[in-house]
Amino acid sequence: MTDTPISGAKALINCLKSEGVDTIFGYPGGVLLPLYDELYDSDINHILVRHEQAGAHAADGYARATGKVGVCLATSGPGATNLVTGIANAYMDSVPVVAITGQVPTPMIGNDAFQEADITGITLPITKHNYLVRDVEDLPWIVKEAFYIASTGRPGPVLIDLPKDITTDEFEFIYPGRTYLRGYHPDVGIDEDAVKRAASMILDSECPVIYAGGGVIISDSSSELLKLAETIQAPVTTTLLGIGAFPQSNPLSLRMLGMHGTKYANYAVQESDLLIAIGARFDDRVTGKVDAFAPHAKVIHIDIDPAEIGKNVRVDLPVIGDAKKILQSLNSNLQKMQSRSGAWLGKIDAWKKKHPLSYVQSDEVIKPQYVVQEIHRACPDAIIVTEVGQNQMWAAQYFQFENPRTFITSGGLGTMGYGFPAAIGAKVGCPDRTVIDIAGDGSFQMTSQELATVSKSDIKVIVAILNNSYLGMVRQWQELFFDERYSYTDISQSVDFVKLAEAYNLVGIRAEKPSEVPSAISEALSADRTVVIDFVVDPMENVFPMVPAGAAINEILEQGAVA
Amino acid sequence: MRHTLAVLVENKPGVLARVSGLFSRRGYNIESLAVGMTENPEISRMTIVVEGDDRVLAQVTSQLSKLIDVISISDLPPSESVDRGLALLKVAADTDTRAEIMQIASIFRAKIIDIGAETLVIEVTGDKGKIGAIENMLGRFGIKEVVRTGRVALHRGTKTVGGEYR
Ligand SMILES: Cc1ncc(C[n+]2csc(CCOP(=O)(O)OP(=O)(O)O)c2C)c(N)n1
Ligand SMILES: [Mg+2]
Repeated sequence: MTDTPISGAKALINCLKSEGVDTIFGYPGGVLLPLYDELYDSDINHILVRHEQAGAHAADGYARATGKVGVCLATSGPGATNLVTGIANAYMDSVPVVAITGQVPTPMIGNDAFQEADITGITLPITKHNYLVRDVEDLPWIVKEAFYIASTGRPGPVLIDLPKDITTDEFEFIYPGRTYLRGYHPDVGIDEDAVKRAASMILDSECPVIYAGGGVIISDSSSELLKLAETIQAPVTTTLLGIGAFPQSNPLSLRMLGMHGTKYANYAVQESDLLIAIGARFDDRVTGKVDAFAPHAKVIHIDIDPAEIGKNVRVDLPVIGDAKKILQSLNSNLQKMQSRSGAWLGKIDAWKKKHPLSYVQSDEVIKPQYVVQEIHRACPDAIIVTEVGQNQMWAAQYFQFENPRTFITSGGLGTMGYGFPAAIGAKVGCPDRTVIDIAGDGSFQMTSQELATVSKSDIKVIVAILNNSYLGMVRQWQELFFDERYSYTDISQSVDFVKLAEAYNLVGIRAEKPSEVPSAISEALSADRTVVIDFVVDPMENVFPMVPAGAAINEILEQGAVA
Repeated sequence: MRHTLAVLVENKPGVLARVSGLFSRRGYNIESLAVGMTENPEISRMTIVVEGDDRVLAQVTSQLSKLIDVISISDLPPSESVDRGLALLKVAADTDTRAEIMQIASIFRAKIIDIGAETLVIEVTGDKGKIGAIENMLGRFGIKEVVRTGRVALHRGTKTVGGEYR
C-alpha cells in the first residue's frame, strides 16, 4: 500500500508478490518494455525461455509439481499467440496458470496495429476466464481475481491482457485483500445426504472399483483415497493424470486403465458392480466404446465440476464438491464397515498374475520399457515428466509411482514438446528434486531450443530420449491399422542429440546396448548440469496392451497378437 | 423439447461472445437470443431459447454456470411464464389489397407503422405461434422483408429470477 502514485508495471509486480509469485517464465517484447524494466530490479525470479510456448508449459509444469499457480509472460501479437498451445494444454488438464500478455496501447486496439492480436478473443475457449485491462485502476482487482479463479474450484488458466499504456499509467495502488464474484462460487460445500447414499451403495456392492483421476491430486486427497480403498477393500485404478494419486506398490492398485491400461484394470472395471469415480471425467481414452463401458456397474461420480456429471456416461449418484471433503465425510460414514468377501479381490489377483505388464527383453537392442525400469531403479523418487506418444505410455506403465505430483504429463491435449519445458518448470519449483523428462525423439525436437534456457539459467534436468527413430505412436497405428504403410513417420538420422546437447554446453550421453543403460543413467544423475541421454531403442517396439480406438476396454490387443 | 432460459450476466464487454461462443463450441443450438440491461445497470439479462432433451439442458446449464460472468440461470417453463417476441413485416400492398391486409393485422392486434405506395410495414408482438400465423396469412400478398427480435420471457406472478443479485 502506498499513497504516492506508481505505474501499472510496478503495481503488477506488487500484485504478483502479494500473490506469493516467486518465479515467472517469460519472453520480452516491445509493449513489455516498461514491465521488463521493473523486473530488472525485482526479486521475482524471471526465467527467460526461448519460445513462449515453452514459457506456458514451464508455468504449467511448475504448477503441477508444486500445487501453486504458475505464471508466464509474453509480448503482444506473436508472443501471445505462441502461448496458445500451452494455455490450451493447461486448460484441458485443469492446471492453475496465470498467463500475462502485453497488448498494444489502448487507443490502438482494434486498428490492426503492429503486433496486435486479439488474444482474449483467441483464448476464450481455452481459458477459465480472461481479462483485457482497460484502466490501470482495475489492475489490482483483476490480478487478485485471476489468481483466485485460476487456483480454486476446478483450476485452470486465466489470461490477463495488458495494454502498454496501462503499464505506464500511474495511480494510487492498493491491493484488495479479498475478492467477491457474484457469478463464481467455487466452494459449494458437500451434500451429506449424497455422501450417505454413496456409503450405502458401497456397502451394497460386491465388486467395487475406485477409478481415480487428476482431481484427487489437485484436491490433495491421496491419503483420503488410500483410507477409503483400505476401508472398503476396493481396488483402485487411475487415469493417466491420476497416476501418483494411489501408491502403485499397494496390493489394491490396478495401475492405469483405458487404452494402454493394464488388462486387470480394464477387466476389473468391466466386471465391477460399482464404479466410484473420483475427480475423473470419463475421457474416451479411458472408456473406449462408451456404451460397453462398465456395463454392470452403478456409477458414483465425485467431482467438483457439475458439468462433468453425465457428460459422457450416465451416473447413478453424483456427489458434487471438493473431493477431499467428500472423501473425509465418506470415510467417517464407512468406519465400521467389515472387510468385504475375498472373492472379488481373489479374482483380481488371479488376473494380475495371469496378465502382468510385460515385454520381451533383449541383450542386443535396448527395449524402451527396460530404460524406464532402470530409471525407476536408479531414482525412484524422481519427478517424471513425459513427452507424448509411446514414450509417455511406457513411462506410465513401467515406472512405479508412489506419490502425487511425481508424474507430470500432457493428458487431455496430448501436446508433443510439453515434457522438456514442463520439466524445467517442475525443477524450478522443486529445486531439490531430480526431474527427468522421459522423451521421444520427435517430441523433444518440438521444444529442444529450451536447452539454451537450462544452459544459461543453470537448471539441471535429465532428458531421457527413447530414441526409436520414429514418430513411434503414429507408426504403431500405421503398423496395426494401415498395413504397415509408414507414411511420413520415419525421422531417423535427423539429428545427433549428443552433439546437440554439447552445442549448448550441456552433457550428451548415448547408450546403444542394454548393458550401457545403467551407467548412462548414473552418469546423468551425477552430472552438474542438464544431460540429454540418447537411448537408441528398438524402433519397432509397440505399446501393449492396447484397446483399439472405439472398442470396448476389454477388447485388448497384446504383443504378438497382430501380424 | 424447447427450453427458455433467463440468464443474468455481468454487463461487461465481451460477455455475449463468451455465451454465444460456448453454445457453438459445444454444439448446442440457440433458437433465439435476446439481451438487455436489467433494472440494475451492472447486470444484463439474456433470454435464450434452446432445443434439446433434459440431458442437453443440464449440460447447457452447467456449462453456462461455469462462465465467471454468468450470475444465475433459470429455466422458465411455458406453463409458468409469459414470453413475447416482436416482428416487423414489410408486405406488398396496393390499393386493392391494402384494406384486407389491414383487417388481418387488426385481427392479430398488429400495428401498421408505415404505409408506402406499394408496401405496408406491420408490427406484431406475440409468441412464436402468433407471429408464424400472421406471416402465413400475409404470405399470399407477398412478404418483402421480415425482421424479428429474440424472444423475452418473465415468470408469471410474483416469482422473479436471480433475486438476491438484482
Ligand atoms: C503437437 C503434436 N503434433 C502431433 C501429435 C500427434 N502425435 C502423437 S504421438 C506422435 C509421435 C510422437 O513421436 P515421438 O516423440 O518420437 O514419441 P514416440 O511415440 O516415438 O515415443 C505424434 C506425431 C501430437 N500429439 N502433438
Ligand atoms: Mg520416437
